[in-house]
Amino acid sequence: MQMPAPNPAVLAKKPQLVTRLLQVLPRDAVIDDIAETRAYECDALTAYRCPPLVAVLPSSTAEVSAVLRICHDMGVPVVPRGSGTSLAGGALPTADCVILGVARMSQVLETDYPNRLIRVQSGRTNLSVTGAVEQDGFFYAPDPSSQLACAIAGNIAMNSGGAHCLKYGVTTNNLLGVTMVQMDGTIVEIGGGYMDAGGLDLLGVICGSEGQLGVVTEATLRILPKPEGARPVLVGFDSNEVAGECVSDIIKAGVLPVAIEFMDRPCIRATEAFAKAGYPDCEALLIIEVEGSEAEIDDQLARIIAIAQRHNPVELRESKSAEESARIWLGRKSAFGAMGQINDYMCLDGTIPVSQLPYVLRRIGEMSQQYGLGVGNVFHAGDGNMHPLILFDANKPGDLELCEAFGADILRLCVEVGGCLTGEHGVGIEKRDLMVDQFSQTDMEAQMAVKDVFDAKWLLNPAKVFPLDTSAARRVAAA
Amino acid sequence: MKAMMPESEVELARMVAEAEGPLRIVGGGTRAVGCCDGAVLSVAGLSGIDLYEPGALTLVARAGTPVAEIEVALAKEGQRLAFEVPDMRGLLGRSGASTIGGVVAANASGPRRVQGGACRDFLLGVRFVDGAGQVVTNGGRVMKNVTGYDLVKLMAGAHGTLGVLSEVSFKVLPVPERALTLACDGLDTGDAVAAMSAALGAPFDVTGAAYRGGLTYVRLEGFAESVAYRAGALAAALSRFGDWAEVAAPWAGIRDVAGFHDQAGDVWRVSVKPSDAPGVIAQAGAEDAMMDWGGGLIWLRMAAGTDLRARLGDLQGHATLVRGAPDTVARLGAFHPEPAAVAALTRGLRARFDPRNILNRGLMA
Repeated sequence: MQMPAPNPAVLAKKPQLVTRLLQVLPRDAVIDDIAETRAYECDALTAYRCPPLVAVLPSSTAEVSAVLRICHDMGVPVVPRGSGTSLAGGALPTADCVILGVARMSQVLETDYPNRLIRVQSGRTNLSVTGAVEQDGFFYAPDPSSQLACAIAGNIAMNSGGAHCLKYGVTTNNLLGVTMVQMDGTIVEIGGGYMDAGGLDLLGVICGSEGQLGVVTEATLRILPKPEGARPVLVGFDSNEVAGECVSDIIKAGVLPVAIEFMDRPCIRATEAFAKAGYPDCEALLIIEVEGSEAEIDDQLARIIAIAQRHNPVELRESKSAEESARIWLGRKSAFGAMGQINDYMCLDGTIPVSQLPYVLRRIGEMSQQYGLGVGNVFHAGDGNMHPLILFDANKPGDLELCEAFGADILRLCVEVGGCLTGEHGVGIEKRDLMVDQFSQTDMEAQMAVKDVFDAKWLLNPAKVFPLDTSAARRVAAA
Repeated sequence: MKAMMPESEVELARMVAEAEGPLRIVGGGTRAVGCCDGAVLSVAGLSGIDLYEPGALTLVARAGTPVAEIEVALAKEGQRLAFEVPDMRGLLGRSGASTIGGVVAANASGPRRVQGGACRDFLLGVRFVDGAGQVVTNGGRVMKNVTGYDLVKLMAGAHGTLGVLSEVSFKVLPVPERALTLACDGLDTGDAVAAMSAALGAPFDVTGAAYRGGLTYVRLEGFAESVAYRAGALAAALSRFGDWAEVAAPWAGIRDVAGFHDQAGDVWRVSVKPSDAPGVIAQAGAEDAMMDWGGGLIWLRMAAGTDLRARLGDLQGHATLVRGAPDTVARLGAFHPEPAAVAALTRGLRARFDPRNILNRGLMA
């Protein structure tokens, strides 16, 4: 993975840049000391690191606007950063960039229950949005696994999902409006408390644009009434095919679970050794959760169990209490940590049509043999969003590259069967060079045309999403 | 002049590339608002369902496929387009068969939008021909996809001004076992919105909330026993507003604005924060009004030629002139004017996607 060489002209401007930034920000909001900028050298894709030129931590939309106006004026690239939990390198700096962190902007601006919305500053963490409304019986639905730490700004940039989006949708389906600052400092309000766009759906294209169109500083989010209750059932099968068929049959039957999670044998074994959740030793395991009143949950679980039983499960465990539910979820929630105990791992997130599940799992198994790297699969089966975890040894020369090659092959396979490179993590730098496997040049030109309109000088997060040679002409023109 | 009617995406791309003047894009011609000049380019020849996987809840169809054909195919498997496609023929006095591409171009969404989402929320992928005649693909056929920018959303509701849709893919949903509607009589608009907000804020999965002719309606859907349970619980939760009784489903009429069919006057569609709805209705001085989406969507029938936007002043939302005499539409514009910064972005996008300004020229401007 390559990043463009830092622009020496920009590096040389550091003193002037810092002087100008200090005119619009307090001293403690401008981080220019080389040792301190290291705190921003990477996000959760830790294999790649590079300290930024400067990091800034503005406290208001006006400050963000002032910073961007200066950077625009001086031709300095800006990489926006939420909480730095991106698995795709979305917040990875370049040596010649300003990291613009929104962490100090974490206020709740308005809660409005009659209209079922909350307005927050974008540095607020995902879970604390729910935290602000749960005492009144509401919640914010998108629930990425990093929800304790990740910021709404990053959720919007990556259009984050989570385990429960089968029922509630992802960020874009729960976002009503934003206050966004464009690279030239222009503040723009898009959407608000109403449900649809009056003109073009700009909000729809801003969400998921990986911080390349603007810096979102405030967001209006849809909140939902908390369900009366939720309980899962765990079902084990002796083949991936059968588990896949069971998922399909549940969906066809009209039951709409909030989550259908799938784990394969390598992942089950690793998890069991780590968390001792009491999972059966089987080929494939499903955790299916439904919501509603006690009676409704009983009814839906009964329907699911009846379907599952037609597929001869080797294990079937229905939760009857909060404690049993926690036990069923324990293994799933520990899966990443468990794999991490075995070795370093890389987490992919390609999506496939649900019908291709058995074929794709078989092919991943074969490739695992060829590459000599272990892989465990844990994923959101209801919507086909896979999470293969490839094990490698970061200290072994060449292993990371081998792992990346294996990962790229898996993602190409996802595209080949009708799916896509990334279901919820984003492209970032991690899948940037694979974009050509999913899109034609014309397709990418259409996407880049959007960036041309929002950020004509290509200064916002410029080296991400599009392969470097594809975006080269635009980035060179900007420099 | 005879309409151009390509039968393949390749032919469509060639026709757009070779166009020497503005084009007016039509599907079934049943729901377009506003007006624009140009040679008619009909997408109705691009027809047919390309893929339907009930077990994956996925359907891919060419843009000119009649909605009716899709609905029949889905019904055979007990599924449906969950966003309740409005039928605008009665309101607009049109005939013909609505196409799925037209539905997407208008982001046409019915009462279930308030809970389940709009057309754009179920749209998984698009193929379209841009103003230069190039075929662009975005999104796909899987439910979770954040690969590259989401042009799918941008195309939904662009009314053909950024590209001519050639193929669309959707997430579809099962038809629930039972639907039940509760109604409460005699609430004024303020209490109606308060009741609908209370209903939508309760954990009972209300999938419709509308107000028409003094009646406030809420809908529940799902398995029969669950619906029965929730109906009881909801009626109890809303008892402070009055008595709630089961009534026949009014939803097709609400979806299609049936109450305004064959009634004189202009028809406006106003999108606001639900709690602003009673004030907007009072300010509008309409001949007739109804609310959907819990108050978030207001339909107004106004005396012909009224400038509703001027009456509403600084509206937090937008008002679309859906039906009016050509000179009224020309004078007021069908679409709500945008703030300068948003308008600049919109203009920029149009210039990039349709550099010759030939696709439904001026329609949304």
